[in-house]
Amino acid sequence: MTVIFNIALVILSIAMFCFLYRVVKGPSVADRVIALDAMGICLAGIVAIFSIILETSEFLEVILLIGILAFLGTVAFAKFLQKGVVIERERDR
Amino acid sequence: MSMLHWAIISPFLLAIFVPFLYKYVRPIHTGLFILPLPIILFIYFIQYISITEKYGTQIETVPWIPSLGLDFTAYVDGLGLLFALLITGIGSLVILYSVYYLSKEKEKLHHFYVYLLLFMGAMLGVVLSDNLMVLYLFWELTSLSSFLLIGYWNERERSRYGAQKSMLITIFGGLALLGGFLLLSVMGGTYSIRELAAQSSELAGHSLFVPALLLILLGAFTKSAQFPFYIWLPDAMEAPTPVSAYLHSATMVKAGIYLVARLTPIFAVSPLWIWLVGGIGILTLFWASFHAPRQTDLKGILAYSTVSQLGLIMSLLGVGALSFHYDTIDDNIYIIATVAAVFHLINHATFKGSLFMVVGIVDHETGTRDVRRLGGLMTVMPITFTVALIGALSMAGMPPFNGFLSKEMFFTAMVRVLQADIFSLDTWGILFPVIAWIASVFTFLYSFLLLGRTFFGSYQPEQLPKKPHEAPLGMLIAPVVLALLVIVFGLFPNMLSHTLIAPAADAILTGPFRTEGSALHISHWHGWTIELWMTIGVIVLGTMLYKTFPRWKSLYQKFPKRLSLNHLYDRMVDGMERGSYTLTESYMTGYIRTYFMYILSAFIALLAFSILVKGKWHISTDHLAPVGAHELVLSLIIIAGTITTIMAKSRLTAIIALGSVGYTVTLFFVLFRAPDLALTQLVIETISVSLFLLCFYHLPQLSRHEKGIRFRLGNALISIGVGVIVSLIALLSYSQKNFDTIAQYYVENTYEKAAGKNMVNVILVDFRGFDTMFEICVLGIAALGIYVMVKLRMSKGEK
Repeated sequence: MTVIFNIALVILSIAMFCFLYRVVKGPSVADRVIALDAMGICLAGIVAIFSIILETSEFLEVILLIGILAFLGTVAFAKFLQKGVVIERERDR
Repeated sequence: MSMLHWAIISPFLLAIFVPFLYKYVRPIHTGLFILPLPIILFIYFIQYISITEKYGTQIETVPWIPSLGLDFTAYVDGLGLLFALLITGIGSLVILYSVYYLSKEKEKLHHFYVYLLLFMGAMLGVVLSDNLMVLYLFWELTSLSSFLLIGYWNERERSRYGAQKSMLITIFGGLALLGGFLLLSVMGGTYSIRELAAQSSELAGHSLFVPALLLILLGAFTKSAQFPFYIWLPDAMEAPTPVSAYLHSATMVKAGIYLVARLTPIFAVSPLWIWLVGGIGILTLFWASFHAPRQTDLKGILAYSTVSQLGLIMSLLGVGALSFHYDTIDDNIYIIATVAAVFHLINHATFKGSLFMVVGIVDHETGTRDVRRLGGLMTVMPITFTVALIGALSMAGMPPFNGFLSKEMFFTAMVRVLQADIFSLDTWGILFPVIAWIASVFTFLYSFLLLGRTFFGSYQPEQLPKKPHEAPLGMLIAPVVLALLVIVFGLFPNMLSHTLIAPAADAILTGPFRTEGSALHISHWHGWTIELWMTIGVIVLGTMLYKTFPRWKSLYQKFPKRLSLNHLYDRMVDGMERGSYTLTESYMTGYIRTYFMYILSAFIALLAFSILVKGKWHISTDHLAPVGAHELVLSLIIIAGTITTIMAKSRLTAIIALGSVGYTVTLFFVLFRAPDLALTQLVIETISVSLFLLCFYHLPQLSRHEKGIRFRLGNALISIGVGVIVSLIALLSYSQKNFDTIAQYYVENTYEKAAGKNMVNVILVDFRGFDTMFEICVLGIAALGIYVMVKLRMSKGEK
């Protein structure tokens, strides 16, 4: 069984490297942001497989957290790209 | 507290009231309130003569810090009493003189008398203390109050210079003295001078004996203005004349003399002591008397003459210490040296005090102290002239004044050095009488120059700033009293010999006079001895030099100014200032980079040194866990991220690479089964990366040069060094695990005692909740700090 999980890990790592290539290379900023988002999700997958290998349920929170952080980060970046700021100030100040 | 203690403390107590007296009783000169105290003290101390003339002593102890052996022990014997009488007696006269000298309207009298009283009390404390540490306390108080008195006219630049110079030199000596005292007390196990003197023979063999001796002598020589530390004294002449008369002729400069005399019983066994005290004394005597005639300021002449007379007394004390090496009491020929020292001490205080006062009068009435402008004052100021004549003749050693007697005894003592056959005195001892004789010729010369250039010669009123006239009566009382004493002590020396001199010499030499038949008799006529011929020689040669002085005084100009000790001192102070400035400039560059280099280099050096010294090179691999493929891959990723961070061309790349390192650390936490850490690390890493991005975004456009880090070999070496050292230490310490962890306790008790299953959280909030509380504090402070930094922006004008 462990072999299968290790194969899955290797495949996920290769996927990570591919996304990394996009992060480094990617011509536009949007390419890089999408690639980073995907890398985060990959990371969640790796943690999931690790917790299977380690036979524990303690790391499920980490997976959820990665999901939230990746989402927040991508949204923040998207807003930054569109408006130039992440948190807008009140208009009349 | 006995009467004796109150006597020592009384000047300090009176000093407290001086400002009030000055402020609320303005019509009366403040000095008049002070005057009764020294007179009362003088009368009080005179009563002790009945005790000390029978060689008795009185000792009173008040505990101060008993647990440290510090007691305020007042001890009166012949020596202490002699000094106490000088201090209070001359103190009374000086205060009387100062009442007429210092103007009530123009001067800050409350300052003056506070300082003077402080000084008087401190000086009494020095001479009457038996405890070394208490003595040191009073010693420094004299330095301090003398500093204040020299700088009394602090709006003058020269006063400040003189005060600073004397402070630096005497405090330097004072600190050396403290070191010497401490060594002495370590050797003897007590702070009491009497108890130390009792065990002098055991102390002599101790390895700390010589350092203690040198340090104590350093303190005594700086205070008593011996060669080469005399240079502060001529500059201290910027003080008001009463101060010069009191401190720099009669009392403070004799504190070193007192110390040498007091510690003679302890150190006299050492040849070093005899050579240093005697040799430096005679050198000072010669050097200062040689330089006195070239001075053109009257107080300058007196300052150099004070230095030379102090050298004389010091050399006599050195020769007097020889008597410890010859047992026979009856015909111990070196006792006379100590007697001469004590006698000259009294004589010098009287005639030098009066001379200073005379100079003060001349200054006060003519407006100048420059001998080149003075002259012919004999008929204008007859009383002042008479006093000056008596003082100067006594200083020159002329009969029938008291200076003659002590100078004769000085010659006797110096000639008798020739009879010594120890410590190679039989070969070099000849220097003592020869130098002494030459110095006496110069003493004769400057005494007559002082007299001649001020009072004789042509009277030039147009040269003087004021129209000179005789001093007011009150100003003349003190110098006349001192001049009378010069005559009285000169004509009836034996009045002193049994009451004061013998007990003092007895205290210095620990008891030769207590035996029957060792009476002391000072007489004018010794017969046609070698001393008399020496005195005649002094008079003859001195007169010749005086007559021809204008012809050969240009010789003094030949003496290069660059080699003078004052020049050396100035160069030294200046050089030290500039040197330390250059030194500070050289390493305090203001760049954090440089300081980091210092810190990290020191880190490497200290740790590498301690590893090398300890030599525990053993690295064991016994309890290392096997390395799996996952760890290996993650390590490679983290290494790649780190290298990217360092090598990155753009800062954005570096930030992202740093983030990747952080996220990989999260994976490590996962792998090493630390879920809480992984959670926290993820969140924190995200926040900090976004903060970095925020900083990056706000970089000014102009300086945003995307160039990457410049390579510096030094930085590379230091960073590699730190990495290697830390890794090495981690490996070494992991190889030497001595004890098991205490984690087992937590494993067993997390649920049992703390009602939780998450051990990390239970430790954080339960077993060791204190740390958590303060971490919360740290976060709170950080948040507040950021808020304050963002909100509180000072505009440019504000401060």
